[in-house]
Amino acid sequence: MAGKEPVVEMTGITVEFPGVRALDSVGLRLWPGEVHTIMGENGAGKSTLIKALTGVYKVDAGEITVAGESTRFTGPGDAQRSGISTVYQEVNLCENLSIGENVMLGNETRGAFGIRWAKTHDRARLVLQELGLGHLDPRAPLSSLSLAVQQLVAIARSIVSNTRVLILDEPTSSLDANEVEVLFGVMRTLRDKGVAILFVSHFLDQVYAISDRLTVLRNGQFVGEYLTHEINRSELIAQMIGKDLSSLKGMEHARELDQNAPREEFARLDGVGAKGIIEPTTLTLNKGEVLGFAGLLGSGRTELARLITGADRADTGTISIGGKPVRLRTPDAAIAQRIAFTSENRRDEGIIGDLSVRENLVLAVQAKRGWLRRVSRKEADALVETYIKRLNVRPADPDRPIKNLSGGNQQKVVLGRWLATEPELLVLDEPTRGIDVGAKSEISEVILELAGKGLSVVFISSELEEVVRLSDRIAVLRDHRLIAELVNGPDVDVESIVKTIAEEEAA
Amino acid sequence: MSTTLTRPRPTAAQPARRGRGSLLDALPTIASVAILLLMFVYGEAAYGKIFQYNTISNLFINSSYLIILAVGMTFVILTGGIDLSVGSVIAVSSLTGVFMANAGLPVVIVIPVTILVGSLFGLMSGVLVQYFNVQPFIATLAMMFLARGIASIMATTPVRLDDDSSFRSLSEPIKLIDGPKTNDLVVTPSVIIMILVVVAAVLVLKRTRFGRTVYAIGGAENSAGLMGLPVARTKLWVYLISGTLAGLAAVVYTSRTGIAQNVTGVGWELDAIAAVVIGGTMLTGGYGFVLGSVVGALVIGMMTLLITRDGTVPPEATTIITGGILLVFVLLQRVVLLRKKKKA
Amino acid sequence: MSAPAPGIGSRLKGLFSQQYAWGIVALLLLLAVDVIKDPSYLAITVNPTTGNLSGNLIDILRQSAPVLMIAVGMTLVVATRGIDLSVGSVMAVSGAVSMQFLSTAPNTAGSAFAALGMGLGLALVLGLVNGVLVAWVGLQPFITTLVMMLAGRGIARVITGGQNTAATNDAFRWIANGTVLGFPVVFVIAAVLVAAVAVLVRRTALGTMIEALGINPKASRLIGIRPGGLLLSVYALSALLAGLGGVFATASVMTVEVSRTGLNSELDAILAVVVGGTSLAGGKFSLTGSVVGALLITTLDKTIVFLSIPSAATPAFKAIVIVAVCLLQSERVRGWLRGRRAGRAPAQRPTPPSPAPSHSSPVAGPGGEPATSGSAGGAGTAGTDNDQKAVNA
Repeated sequence: MAGKEPVVEMTGITVEFPGVRALDSVGLRLWPGEVHTIMGENGAGKSTLIKALTGVYKVDAGEITVAGESTRFTGPGDAQRSGISTVYQEVNLCENLSIGENVMLGNETRGAFGIRWAKTHDRARLVLQELGLGHLDPRAPLSSLSLAVQQLVAIARSIVSNTRVLILDEPTSSLDANEVEVLFGVMRTLRDKGVAILFVSHFLDQVYAISDRLTVLRNGQFVGEYLTHEINRSELIAQMIGKDLSSLKGMEHARELDQNAPREEFARLDGVGAKGIIEPTTLTLNKGEVLGFAGLLGSGRTELARLITGADRADTGTISIGGKPVRLRTPDAAIAQRIAFTSENRRDEGIIGDLSVRENLVLAVQAKRGWLRRVSRKEADALVETYIKRLNVRPADPDRPIKNLSGGNQQKVVLGRWLATEPELLVLDEPTRGIDVGAKSEISEVILELAGKGLSVVFISSELEEVVRLSDRIAVLRDHRLIAELVNGPDVDVESIVKTIAEEEAA
Repeated sequence: MSTTLTRPRPTAAQPARRGRGSLLDALPTIASVAILLLMFVYGEAAYGKIFQYNTISNLFINSSYLIILAVGMTFVILTGGIDLSVGSVIAVSSLTGVFMANAGLPVVIVIPVTILVGSLFGLMSGVLVQYFNVQPFIATLAMMFLARGIASIMATTPVRLDDDSSFRSLSEPIKLIDGPKTNDLVVTPSVIIMILVVVAAVLVLKRTRFGRTVYAIGGAENSAGLMGLPVARTKLWVYLISGTLAGLAAVVYTSRTGIAQNVTGVGWELDAIAAVVIGGTMLTGGYGFVLGSVVGALVIGMMTLLITRDGTVPPEATTIITGGILLVFVLLQRVVLLRKKKKA
Repeated sequence: MSAPAPGIGSRLKGLFSQQYAWGIVALLLLLAVDVIKDPSYLAITVNPTTGNLSGNLIDILRQSAPVLMIAVGMTLVVATRGIDLSVGSVMAVSGAVSMQFLSTAPNTAGSAFAALGMGLGLALVLGLVNGVLVAWVGLQPFITTLVMMLAGRGIARVITGGQNTAATNDAFRWIANGTVLGFPVVFVIAAVLVAAVAVLVRRTALGTMIEALGINPKASRLIGIRPGGLLLSVYALSALLAGLGGVFATASVMTVEVSRTGLNSELDAILAVVVGGTSLAGGKFSLTGSVVGALLITTLDKTIVFLSIPSAATPAFKAIVIVAVCLLQSERVRGWLRGRRAGRAPAQRPTPPSPAPSHSSPVAGPGGEPATSGSAGGAGTAGTDNDQKAVNA
């Protein structure tokens, strides 16, 4: 395979954003008939590299050649015309159109009187069949499909447009194991037809199952290119994070508290649910305890958290705090009950981008106090100093707009914002997603410390290892339903949680 | 690293949702057709002489400019945009046309230039929206005032089209069915132009890639771009179409009234938006039909007709009623949208 | 290039980092044009018996009062990501109801107060309708207020029966034509109200909350800011101030012209807001900027009349200014400007040894700067590493 010329070659690619060099002289080579995976921690520059290739971002320096010719694409459409298609992590389709229209959009079969819909839909059906989706009706609205199937429909699009290079940017994060297998089958078929596939994923198992070649990036820099069978997992991880493996071991310890100690209840959910979102759920939240929510994306873990924190409204059931039923219809009602919530979507539901770190930190305290009693500059400075120091926010400049901070530091400010309100229940939805390893472990430490001080914490993460490591108790959810509550201990690990779900399914 | 679990349920399409979804989509359109029919029936019962050839003919003749405007507005609203400039553009276009016609220029030059004046404003809106990222309502609001200002520089008093101008021939009635007395079914060249515009728009939206891109942009603009569709070009075209059709509407309107004025078309953007919204096109974009907008324009035309027949409603109240109807339909859309979200 | 003294340089920079600085420059330029035409344009005379000031500048202050009112209201609405297109019609409605009442009421201060109350009350109701539709029903602000803009004008016509109602009331007229300490009453009222609103939003947390809501509504809700009340208040305040603006506008001539009072005022308000540096996309706002904008607009109106340009054309000029400011705020134009500035910059920077001057330097795209030749090919320089740490640590 390596004997052929690469279909895409990128050398010395540099991309700069205001104040940041996102990519620094990075190279990448894609050969036809090969699956090439880009590996790297969040923020390593994987997505940036892809967007540099397809022309979404301007390349500040470097050379891109496609089939031997020096090229700069002006955008995804331009790249697509040269046979480079991209499927993104977030499904990028139009929910207002039918499945078939989405598959064929821009490639509709045309006749003398414009688009011939019957033929167009027939072709869509054929393409879907190739992906094992022959049971889908191309005329049905796309919105009737689950996110996972929509992702496969997005891949079907790229088959239609005679792709030479298929880029899959974390396509598996919303797929389950069976769907991943279907996807891999498709990838192998395409690879054998001579398509070059660029794959991004951080699931190591998947990477080893499918890829022929790996390129590792770290902090926007090129670390190395390897054939998959030549590098083992530990070496790979070490390359990705630039640390020795032994230094990671320290993070693997579980919560070392007496699991049998009696706990005082903070809040209790009695049949709390919302129609079509989460079935009635009964659950107790204890003081000084980290309660983990385990489950897939869409299992109802986020939805339940949002009901507890007033972000969404429950249709049924009651929530009681200290034995008294309370009504949490809006976030501010929950905040008044000393409940704090950080959303999984930091950019859209967490930070107030244009405001400074100081204003972001103070805002929740201010909202709680009401608009009339302004938090004085002195109080604000005191809060800012406390939390910047305690959470190690870098840069420690309270006047900088929060949007100019890295993801990890934004997350710390958001956490600080809620700690400043002195909550008794802290609900953290994916607080460690998309942030670097250092910030991740710092946030984990803060969570454990808070629980140690008697706070009740709900911790949600799609990384089950993290849930197992931090939680005292684990609520397992599936299909909008709480299916099990596990007390964490030596016999609980990722495997047993997976098994719990599988058994429930069999029953 | 993480572990992937198996999601137990089959993830195939759930057809149960489909039927209800599409019914919900069609609800505003059904409502508008029902309202139009009700207006006919009520009009016949209360004032009479509704179901007859000349009333129907007049309804179409008088609504043709609004239907043309509404067709252009449909394109813009389908992409999730808005064009507030159409009313003022008509004033500039029709003043340009009348001045040129009265200067003795041949109609084959006058009409294209009148239309192109509209295209020019559409182009400017489109460039502002697409290339400079100005919010559509701001860009077109600026164009609205720019056009109105230019119209006021051109003339502040009504300008009459010469009586012998061939411009007027566009409104010469053509008898289709000769009824008793004056009760004839007639069309004018303007009505035929309007019908051609509607047919062309339906075909473009349904049967061309451009049309599908319009819907895709309204559904998810970002996705449309990432799917490689020509978003920028399409958005530019949409405003260009709206401006051009405003120019055409100016031709149609001027040929009928024979008068151009700097205050022509004040508030017509609201009528056009109302027609589109009443016809079932979502203000947020992505859903809707041209034929719906035609129904919407007829509802407004019928409303004017009924108000005239009634005679007790002060003419000042017309805008209040149009505004009220628009508001009701926007609220209806809001309900539909919320229902949809809840189901998703 | 010459190296300016750091103190003056940075201070100038500080002033010009405020977007409304350009508004002040434009204002001074307009006045300069006036002075060129008539050297005594800026003269202010004091009436020896009454102590009243008079002159063109005083006229500008007097005429600026209605614009100030709607500009301040519009600033807050725009900051929440909204728009209020109905201000002009609300002015007409409030003017219409006051005039209609005064036309039959006795010429007393009591009726003047009653008329004021009715005008403001009805304006407030219209504002609350806007606010409820936007805040609780969730309609798009521009469509809600567009309906109100057209329906409002209809309401004004219905109130007066389509007539341009005139009335006589000395107390009401005093609001527009009277003086306090030599200054026009309208301007004093407007200035006091602007100051009051400024204190209200900046001395409490209201301003920050409005900004937060405008920058990120979802996050603001989760933080515990209740959007409903805030939105309702800004639309109500905007209409209330517009109502007062309508009273100012009608009191000076004691006539309401139902189709002209407040016509195109929404344009003035939006113009004042954008000149003042508040982005129409919402978020951070500047009341000072909007005041500058309002004064600029009044001066522009007056200059246009002074230069005998037909006043019907003014909307065209204002629209061009709005377009220009929107263009200046757009990423694309900023990118162009940055690109040019960056092109000049290397002369001042310590230049790394560059053997081949920029033969490979790529075209600077919008928002991008050309890479310096020192770092294009090699491994990360020290500076780059620091940047990375600052961001990732």
